[in-house]
Amino acid sequence: MTFNIAILLIEDGLASGAIYAMMALGFVLVFNVTRVIFVPFGDLVAYAALTLASFESQRTPGTIWLVGVLAIGAFLVELFHLWRVGKLRRIPRAFVLYIGLPAVPLAATLLLAQTPIPQAVAMLLTLALVLPIGPLLYRVVYEPVANAPVLVLLIISVALHFAVSGLALLFFGPEGVRTQSLVRGSYSLLGLAVPAQLTLILIATAALSTVLLLFFNSTLTGKAMRATAANREGARLVGIRTATMGSSAFIFAGVIATVAGILISPTTTIYYDTGLIVGLKGFVGSVVGGFVSYPLSVLGAAIVGQIESFSSFYASALKEAIVFAAIIPIVLWRWLLTAQVVVDEPEDE
Amino acid sequence: MVRRLRQSWLVALCLVVVALPAFLGDFSVTLLNYIGINTLVALGLILLTGSGGLTSFGQAAFVGIGAYATAYMSTALGLSPWWGLLAAIVLTSLVALLVGAATLHLGGHYLPVSTIAWGLAIYLLFGNFESLGRYGGLRNIPPVELFSFSFAAMPQLYYLIWAFVGVAFLMATSLLDSRQGRAIRALRGGSALSESLGINVFVVRLAIFVIAAALAGIAGWLYAHMQRFVSPAPFDLRSGIEYLLMAVLGGAGYVSGALIGAAVVALSKNWLQDLLPHLTSNSGNLEIVVFGCLFILLLQFSRGGIAPLLVSRLPKTESQSSVKLDASELPVRRQPLKGEPLLELRGVSKSFGGLKAVSEVSFHVHAGELVALIGPNGAGKSTTFNLITGVLRLSSGSVWFAGHNLGDVSARRVIDVGIARTFQHVKLRPKMSVLENVMLGAYSRTKAGFFSGALRLDRSEETSVIALARRQIDRVGLAGLAVTEAGNLALGQQRLAEIARALAADPMLLLLDEPAAGLRALEKQSLAALLKDLRNAGTTVLLVEHDMEFVMSLADRIVVLDFGRKLAEGTPDAVRNNPAVQEAYLGGLA
Repeated sequence: MTFNIAILLIEDGLASGAIYAMMALGFVLVFNVTRVIFVPFGDLVAYAALTLASFESQRTPGTIWLVGVLAIGAFLVELFHLWRVGKLRRIPRAFVLYIGLPAVPLAATLLLAQTPIPQAVAMLLTLALVLPIGPLLYRVVYEPVANAPVLVLLIISVALHFAVSGLALLFFGPEGVRTQSLVRGSYSLLGLAVPAQLTLILIATAALSTVLLLFFNSTLTGKAMRATAANREGARLVGIRTATMGSSAFIFAGVIATVAGILISPTTTIYYDTGLIVGLKGFVGSVVGGFVSYPLSVLGAAIVGQIESFSSFYASALKEAIVFAAIIPIVLWRWLLTAQVVVDEPEDE
Repeated sequence: MVRRLRQSWLVALCLVVVALPAFLGDFSVTLLNYIGINTLVALGLILLTGSGGLTSFGQAAFVGIGAYATAYMSTALGLSPWWGLLAAIVLTSLVALLVGAATLHLGGHYLPVSTIAWGLAIYLLFGNFESLGRYGGLRNIPPVELFSFSFAAMPQLYYLIWAFVGVAFLMATSLLDSRQGRAIRALRGGSALSESLGINVFVVRLAIFVIAAALAGIAGWLYAHMQRFVSPAPFDLRSGIEYLLMAVLGGAGYVSGALIGAAVVALSKNWLQDLLPHLTSNSGNLEIVVFGCLFILLLQFSRGGIAPLLVSRLPKTESQSSVKLDASELPVRRQPLKGEPLLELRGVSKSFGGLKAVSEVSFHVHAGELVALIGPNGAGKSTTFNLITGVLRLSSGSVWFAGHNLGDVSARRVIDVGIARTFQHVKLRPKMSVLENVMLGAYSRTKAGFFSGALRLDRSEETSVIALARRQIDRVGLAGLAVTEAGNLALGQQRLAEIARALAADPMLLLLDEPAAGLRALEKQSLAALLKDLRNAGTTVLLVEHDMEFVMSLADRIVVLDFGRKLAEGTPDAVRNNPAVQEAYLGGLA
């Protein structure tokens, strides 16, 4: 291997590692606040990429169906809930929240999708379409069973992944897409050729991490989310609405998935089912962080990117096998670090 | 767990299974064959996940190993499929042993995550071996033959597959109803409980992991000889997830959940394939969507899966396990003579970082005594207790018990040297009967292994344990509640059941951790009566308690701790009149 190839591989690994890092942050965030391992997270990345591609080819993305059905579903679930607790006067609020808000991007999409629109508008529309999927899924699927054991939540996540990725096939077909590059070419830094796309991805990841950091350390909502993560019961006792915190976590997940999808699709061909593998690699990163530490998760994701990049050079066919087999030593190392802490999962009824 | 479906039900079920192919077409029989194969894998997961609390997404990889093992043996090597069966079982067990040895120490979410990892890695390997045909796979696998009878056609295979399913079910139910089965079902109660009973958590975890893998291997063998062709695709992570879905959907807490889950998944998929084309032209894609949604709805509606919904509709058949009066007694320990020194703490200290929780505490307990260790909150009682039971390691000093230095005895061995304990926060298995919980106490005195449990070779030992457990249940005053689920008992009764479980271990010393905490007055009275009864029978008891009143009337001697130091020691009267004790308890105002 020459120096130049090594640099190329490292750059490649950095780019994918940064995407995985965003995913890892999302996994940790959602898990800590809601105890849900959000398996369909990767599918949302695929939705973002496929939606953007639809806009570019001036087609109406099938995403509107998913958002529409979920919005109606969430409204009905909320309606039933309000009826049961006897708070019918909150129906208008629920209507605005679950029907009104999602209707805005739907209307915009129907108006604009078949016309040529600037790339920036397409991205904004993509964000506005994919973002609501997170919190809507939470309201329909997870919130009704918010207190279930982690295993049940995980199984529900898996079933949800099947449904969501199946719908992606229905909406977008089996063809892979690549979206237009946001930036082109490369520039020279200290004598090395650095692709502009890589720079963009790194900046985006850094920005996202910083926003998360500031949010959790400096805002009341962020602190409330951390409190929910640390101790749901305790958080509820001091007046934090844990359900709202769950929604917030899923809103973040929606944002992260959209950004990741927009960044990854110019360099990688995205199919309706690409999401799972992308998500799993981010997930490996969050395993390194033990599902607790954000910085360690980012580090783990960066390592995954490098392992993947270098193993694709040395043993291309076994690339994925190597990445996933790497989990086992990582997990063992994590366990050695935390062996003293015995966590007994509260048992199913 | 309703494992005692009435025998008539069982016979009827068997008859239906035998007669079915006569009434069904080839297509339905094929479907049933798939259900049977999936049932085997799901059954392994029921043992692993439902009973033992270990979640695996990787079972499809074991199915693949079994399928590829027999495919390679019977095509490349030209050996009989029966050698393939042996290879499938041995190979899956070996791989499970290796993977398990590496990962089963993991707790929390790390274990399920690691199963995703090796599940994917093994699957990806299948496609990369030249000798395994890469992604093209291996074809022309011969059918299974027995004495020149060929299991090539679906109806013949049906009997082969369901014979395996039947045997697997019998063995699984027998296993769960045996000594090691109770140990498996105790796993979810946490390692503190298992270790206090003398159960080696890692070995039991490894055993069920290997059993589940072997079942998956057998399923893979059947699959290979039914398909007559193997390729990597059916053994990917998605299948692994589907197997877990079957187990959870069917009801992971019930053996019957495996069959229900496998059947519901296969039938609903089939039904959707029939139904959806009438509704949409894009049915192939919609199937998985509808499937996923139905699944989510079901789990939102019933977290425990389908089995509990069905079981709650079945008539209750609480079969009283018959007690044979001629059951032989388990060997008993030589009890120390009354007055012999039994437990001795010499200058025991324990620090957590800078905090000295226990400092230079010395006292002793003689055989036949009832000694109470008391003190206000934070006095170091629980730490002392955990030092004696090996849960915590000593910082300095030593604990001697009947000639053993307990500093060298691990928490799991403490019961072997003769110390049985109860827990402040009751650790009974809520879904097991009182009888089964008490039988767990005798784990360290008995020997039956996994095989003798699964093959029912343990019956004479088992009857002895049942008789013993019933005697202890009667002794603590819970007669008549033996078949009740322990979770349905009141707190006071649960404490008594824990004492019965400890007594079933035939201990030299009974350690009780705050047995009166949270009890109502009447419950305290019956507990006190039991303790008096035990003392009169010569049982040595060390009691940790902070309820002064409760211990004053009971204890022979009292040791008072305060801020980690021994404050006083003596008879109840001497302690009551000790000014230092009054100061500690009442702030010196008394």
